Amino acid sequence: MGGETTSQQGDAAGSESTTFSLAGAWKGFIACVPVALGVAGYGVLFGVLARQAGLSVAESTLMSATVVAGAAQVIAIGVWDQPIPVAVVVGTVFVVNLRYLLMGASLRPWFEELSPLQAYGSVFVMADENWALTMQELRSGNSAGAFLLGSGIAIWLFWVLSTVLGAAAGGVIDEPATYGLDFMLTAVFVTIAVGLWEGRSDLVPWLVAAGVAGGTAHLLGGQWYILFGGLAGAGVEMIRYDG
Amino acid sequence: MMGELDPFVVAVIAAMGVATYVTKAGGLWLLGRVDLSPRVESGLEILPGAIIVSILAPELIGGTLATWIAAGIVFLVAWRTDSITISLGTGVVAILALRAML
Repeated sequence: MGGETTSQQGDAAGSESTTFSLAGAWKGFIACVPVALGVAGYGVLFGVLARQAGLSVAESTLMSATVVAGAAQVIAIGVWDQPIPVAVVVGTVFVVNLRYLLMGASLRPWFEELSPLQAYGSVFVMADENWALTMQELRSGNSAGAFLLGSGIAIWLFWVLSTVLGAAAGGVIDEPATYGLDFMLTAVFVTIAVGLWEGRSDLVPWLVAAGVAGGTAHLLGGQWYILFGGLAGAGVEMIRYDG
Repeated sequence: MMGELDPFVVAVIAAMGVATYVTKAGGLWLLGRVDLSPRVESGLEILPGAIIVSILAPELIGGTLATWIAAGIVFLVAWRTDSITISLGTGVVAILALRAML
C-alpha cells in the first residue's frame, strides 16, 4: 500500500489526480467500520447457513475469505446440495455478480491513474457497501484512490471473522427444524428481495423470472431453473428498456 | 469436522472465487475497450433480484401453508422495518408458531 503514486494526467471526473496512500486507505477503513459491523451480522447468518448446508467451519471461512461476495455466497449456499451441483453453483455466483462489472466500470475515471497492481488488487475486496462509500468519497472531490482498499479490508475482516463465529455456532445446532432454522434461508431471500426492490419498474422482470423459474423447476433436473429465471428476467428488462 | 477441508469443496470455492473476481476486475478492464449500452446495464442491474425471485418462486409454490404465511409475514416486516434482524427473528417465531398450530 505504502508509496504515494500521483499521476499528472487529468481525468474526466475530477480535477485533482488520484493518489494512493496509506492515509487514504486508513480513511476508508475508519469510514467503513460502522458499515462493516452491519455486514458482520450478515456474516454470522452466512456462517450458520453454510454449516447447515454441510460445509465445515474451515470451508465456510475459506469461502468468505476468497469469494468476498455476500449475496452470491448466500445464494450458493441456497443451491448447495450433495453431490455439489458445481456448474449451477459457479454459474449462479457468476451471474449474480455480473453487476460488479458496472461497479468496476464506474471506478475507472479514478482508477486508471493507479498502477495495475493497486487497481486490480483493490477490487478484490470490493463489495456493494464499500463501493458505494468509495463512490461518494471520490465524487465529492477527494482523490484517495486507496479508499476502496481500506474500506474493503474493513469489510473483509468483519466478514471473515463473523463467518467463523456463525459457522462455529451453526455446528452446535443439530436439529435445525426444531428452531425453525430450515425456514431461515427462505426468510433471508424474502428479506433480500424486499431490499433489492427499486420500484414498480422491477415488477415485470421479477414476475417473468418467477414464472420461468416456477415453470422450469419441474421440467429440468437440478437447480438450473434459478439461472433460467434470472436470465429471463434480465432479458425482459433489456427488451423493455426504452432509455 | 470443524477444520475439515474437502479438496473437492475447496476446488468449488476456488472456482467461485475466480468467477467473482472476473466480474470485479472485468468492469475495470472492459470499459474503455467495450461499451456497455444503458440497455445492457439495466439488464445487469436487475439480475440479483431476478435470481432471488427465481429461487423463491418454486420453493413457495411447493411450500406448505405455514411456509406461505410465514414468508408473507417476513415480507411485511422487512418492508416496514428494513431490518434483517427483526425480519428474520419474526420469521422464525412465525414458522414455529404456525407449524404448531396448522
